Amino acid sequence: MTSTVTPNGFALDDSGQRVVVDPICRIEGHLRIEVNVDEDNVIRNAVSTGNMWRGLEVILKGRDPRDAWAFTERICGVCTGVHALISCRSVEDALGIDIPRNANSIRNLMMLAQYTQDHLVHFYHLHALDWVDVVSALSADPAATSALQQSISPWPKSSPGYFRDVQNKIKRFVESGQLGPFANAYWGSPAYKLPPEANLMAVTHYLEALDFQKEIVKIHTIFGGRNPHPNWLVGGMPCTLNINDVGSAGGVNMVWLNQVSDIIDKSITFIDQVYIPDLTAIASFYKDWGFGGGLSSQNVMSYGEFPAIANNYTNESWMMPNGAILNGDLSTVYDVDPRDPEQIQEFVTHSWYKYDGGDQARGLHPWDGETDPYFELGPNAKGTKTNIEAIDEGGKYSWLKAPRWRGNAMEVGPLARYLVAYARGQQDIVDQVDGLLAALDLPVGALFSTLGRTAARGLECSWTAHKMREVYDDMMANVKAGDIATANMDLWEPATWPGVAQGVGFGEAPRGALGHWINIADTKIANYQCIVPTTWNASPRDPDGNIGAYEAALLGTPMADPAQPLEILRTIHSFDPCLACASHIISPDGQELASVKIR
Amino acid sequence: MPAQETFYEVMRQHGITRRSFVKFCSLTAAGLGLGPGYAGKIAHALETKPRTPVIWLHGLECTCCTESFIRSGNPLAGDVILSMLSLDYDDTLMAAAGHQAEELLEQTVAKYDGQFILACEGNPPLNEDGMYCIQAGRPYVEKLRYMADHCKAIIAWGSCASWGCVQAARPNPTRATPIHKVITDKPVIKVPGCPPIAEVMTGVITYMLAFEQLPPLDRQGRPKMFYGQRLHDKCYRRPHFDAGQFVERFDDEGARKGYCLYKVGCKGPTTYNACSTVEWNGGLSWPVKSGHGCLGCAEDNFWDKGSFYNPVTNFGVMGGAEATADKIGGVLAGAAAVGVAAHAAASVVGRMTRGKSKETSHD
Repeated sequence: MTSTVTPNGFALDDSGQRVVVDPICRIEGHLRIEVNVDEDNVIRNAVSTGNMWRGLEVILKGRDPRDAWAFTERICGVCTGVHALISCRSVEDALGIDIPRNANSIRNLMMLAQYTQDHLVHFYHLHALDWVDVVSALSADPAATSALQQSISPWPKSSPGYFRDVQNKIKRFVESGQLGPFANAYWGSPAYKLPPEANLMAVTHYLEALDFQKEIVKIHTIFGGRNPHPNWLVGGMPCTLNINDVGSAGGVNMVWLNQVSDIIDKSITFIDQVYIPDLTAIASFYKDWGFGGGLSSQNVMSYGEFPAIANNYTNESWMMPNGAILNGDLSTVYDVDPRDPEQIQEFVTHSWYKYDGGDQARGLHPWDGETDPYFELGPNAKGTKTNIEAIDEGGKYSWLKAPRWRGNAMEVGPLARYLVAYARGQQDIVDQVDGLLAALDLPVGALFSTLGRTAARGLECSWTAHKMREVYDDMMANVKAGDIATANMDLWEPATWPGVAQGVGFGEAPRGALGHWINIADTKIANYQCIVPTTWNASPRDPDGNIGAYEAALLGTPMADPAQPLEILRTIHSFDPCLACASHIISPDGQELASVKIR
Repeated sequence: MPAQETFYEVMRQHGITRRSFVKFCSLTAAGLGLGPGYAGKIAHALETKPRTPVIWLHGLECTCCTESFIRSGNPLAGDVILSMLSLDYDDTLMAAAGHQAEELLEQTVAKYDGQFILACEGNPPLNEDGMYCIQAGRPYVEKLRYMADHCKAIIAWGSCASWGCVQAARPNPTRATPIHKVITDKPVIKVPGCPPIAEVMTGVITYMLAFEQLPPLDRQGRPKMFYGQRLHDKCYRRPHFDAGQFVERFDDEGARKGYCLYKVGCKGPTTYNACSTVEWNGGLSWPVKSGHGCLGCAEDNFWDKGSFYNPVTNFGVMGGAEATADKIGGVLAGAAAVGVAAHAAASVVGRMTRGKSKETSHD
């Protein structure tokens, strides 16, 4: 290849200088990005390589399905609990278990709390430094910073003295010569556009958000015993509700319910008075940086999340809707059915796996899926097997598979969810989106960008914080009506299960569409498979040459200095990558294990 | 480069008074289970030492250890990272990427050879020439070995680094291998748990900074002060165990009354950790308190000991011979008095045999 156009319409040209970024930091897991830039330093080819593989699905084979939530929860500690919930849904689907209404509310509260904390940490601690120059904050006028803050938010920590103290703290840190996590970065790059005062405000909130995020997750601690990795239960939730009786300290009582309520209020305040004003302020300085749209203006997908009605995983129930948009046609939203083998398939032509049998180019639905790890660099790769200098994207080049919906590469995540909800005309989302666009004086098309992705995540963080209040009030009304059940144990004993069962749990992780497919035989897991958000977004090419969301989003982006990969980081971070989630293995019968070389 | 600031200087610059500083030292001493005499030693250490460089590497893992670390309430993670130590490499948090990030490793080796702490989250896979975990185009295990060669000591964060954890569960397809089996010539402090408690993580590292010594370790390499006691022995539901009052199934009357979770699979009787004493997320709760049994996540190979919902049938540690299922069965049959006696006797035997069983189980 020198110059080509992919079937999904992206022009690729690998004739220019190759730039390698590995590791991509400020993400979960291990990711490599390579790009080619032309003589104007514009990205003309992009390659996304998943750098890790853990094999959790093989490990699940033969286990008790009721234990699967704990194993899959350890797929990811950043979006902790998300895989556990989807796993419980898959087992309940397979066995026909209905969960009580309170359990549904508690699960929603935990998932909403997870979104709120995860999005907040992503914005300030994993993404902000792509837009915010820490060193520039040193030259800010604290009084002007105070004026800026007070003009955009009623947040009380806004005095000139407060900002001066923070600035002095950063100054002493820098002067110590030990720059820690801020060392060797891209400070002073012309790609940074914020005035010093905005930088100081954002750095201050970096520190405040680091302190505050740990409060949000206490909702997990109350209902699930701890965070990260709270406990869940097939059939409901392990916590009990005991608000009237002896021994209520053994259950969730009024004291803890009050604490949940208080955390919800504080979360809403922090998100609406700190995160959203910062997001709007920062975006206003980068309005001209409209790059990074990639697949978002074409193909996006959401499975739907937050069931308002227990055990109902359809658009009748989802508070954030299910749907897919193709070719940018917002007038038609398709329903997505993860059970349908015609809809979801995975390909391994460019992945470090091989399929049993001859046809390596076929796609397999997860219920029929298979994986045999097969690490092999393409013929044009540079370096050696254990010292890769440049990837050959013409061959196999990633530990991620290439999932496709009806043959299409799809973008998933907050922007995809918001576009689906917007296209479906869901009023609360439409109001939020139109409000932000009006505030920034931007058209709807501006959403199809790196900044659109980052903005949708912020809006969603506010939406989830407010939704917690709604769900909490609904649960309290149900408890007031006398229902305190949190688990349905009718089908807990394996003796009550059918000999063979098949199920799917699906929903939306903070990073996008997440599905777990399970086959149960003789009360044990016969096959277990996950397709996770980052596998969709960081997908390598498929047999037809369609590129995935990361690769598409990088194309056309000008770099201020190819030696400083700031623009690449911006766009990749806007997806909030999670590579521990993304790399997985599917093994239908366990035979593939024999092919894993023991050295 | 300007002279390194001491911990005390940094605290004073943060507006912390001498009085508050001394109080902090007393609380730290108490939090670590040390006598009041240690407060003065901590204060002296913090007044005179520069910030120690820490290199935080990630292998195969899920990043739950980092997430737990930033939940620390006392001290706050931000203060640890910005004031107490110098986090000179951590790919989850650092601003730089690519070769700018990797250069920092070389700089640390050049400036602080033999002086920095290597904090390892996750573990290296050894199959496929290590290429199941690639960093900068090379096997992670190479980076780990290189940095270990030059470090002062290693902290193995969490069960991945300490034992192997979930990716090392049967059949361990990548041959994920705990740190102490790859690095054998440096001290390795295991801080197991999936994840470990935030305040235990910050407690271990501040202990090392304050005293410039490794915390005393048990035979398995874990800090004694946090991993020296069974959850079961400090569990607030223990009186219900002794009285034969059990949760029979989730959400039953016993569950609502906070009875013992032993019969629904609690691994507290075989798990050594600080959950039942330090608790989680600022001391708010812990798994048993929320109604789910302990998974035993701080123990070696806890994934491969049968279902999480099967009752513990052997009260010994790691294959020890404390009590038989029959004796425990006495408790479960409702013969509370007999059960308590059996359990008490079992515990005595356990104390006598524990050291030996640990030694033999630890390869």
